Amino acid sequence: MLDALTVAISVAALALAAWCGHAAWRDQPTKDWHFIGMAVVTVLVLAQLVVGLVKLARGEKPDEGAVIFVAYLLGAFAAVPAAGMLSLTERTKWGSVTVAAGAVVLAVLEVRLYDIWGTTGA
Amino acid sequence: MPDTTTAAPAGRTRLVSGPGLLLVWLYGVMVVGAVSRSAYQISTEFDRAPLAYALSAAAALAYAFITYSLVRGGETARRAALVCCAAELAGVLAVGVWTLVRPDSFPDATVWSQFGMGYLFIPVILPITGMLWLRKKR
Repeated sequence: MLDALTVAISVAALALAAWCGHAAWRDQPTKDWHFIGMAVVTVLVLAQLVVGLVKLARGEKPDEGAVIFVAYLLGAFAAVPAAGMLSLTERTKWGSVTVAAGAVVLAVLEVRLYDIWGTTGA
Repeated sequence: MPDTTTAAPAGRTRLVSGPGLLLVWLYGVMVVGAVSRSAYQISTEFDRAPLAYALSAAAALAYAFITYSLVRGGETARRAALVCCAAELAGVLAVGVWTLVRPDSFPDATVWSQFGMGYLFIPVILPITGMLWLRKKR
């Protein structure tokens, strides 16, 4: 479950990055549709956060330790909404660039999360 | 009606606009990364690699200060951020070379190890773009 979510979030994050990058390339700020995209990604990450915490509560152990695992879960959860809020204050293409960068960072965090959880969680 | 609560005082250069927005977001990411890394390392096993962990803490301080300066804006903050970016670049380069030449000094990585490879090389890209941006806003 966790692995499937991690892959899904990485793909969704990269798609969001490409989408907002395209908007920036066309010199456009983030629009309503982009925010819906960000909301979809955020819901997925929230699901990952819940699944991760439930797994911990059941006694499953991440390879690199529970504290680091939770820290990365929270970081991944905050990445896209934080960039989205910043893009609301900057109604130019730079708002779109920032969201794209946020989505790329999220994808990287997902790879790290996959490593941190290790092979124990199938 | 003038907005007295959120707008910067008249004459204070706004640094968080255009490319500055991306810059402040990335600095925010590095603050979270460096602060959480050094807090975790220092609170759990400081004796294992005191040098690496102290350097991560120094990096965290630099990132926090630069982020604050960028958000605050104004000429004084701009200059302070410029000096800190230069110090940050010097730190990244020094620690980067150091980790390559004497890896045995670092039982654990720092934020700046291998020029910030563990952080997508953002640590070496950030201060350079930061300095370019801050010079442009003069």
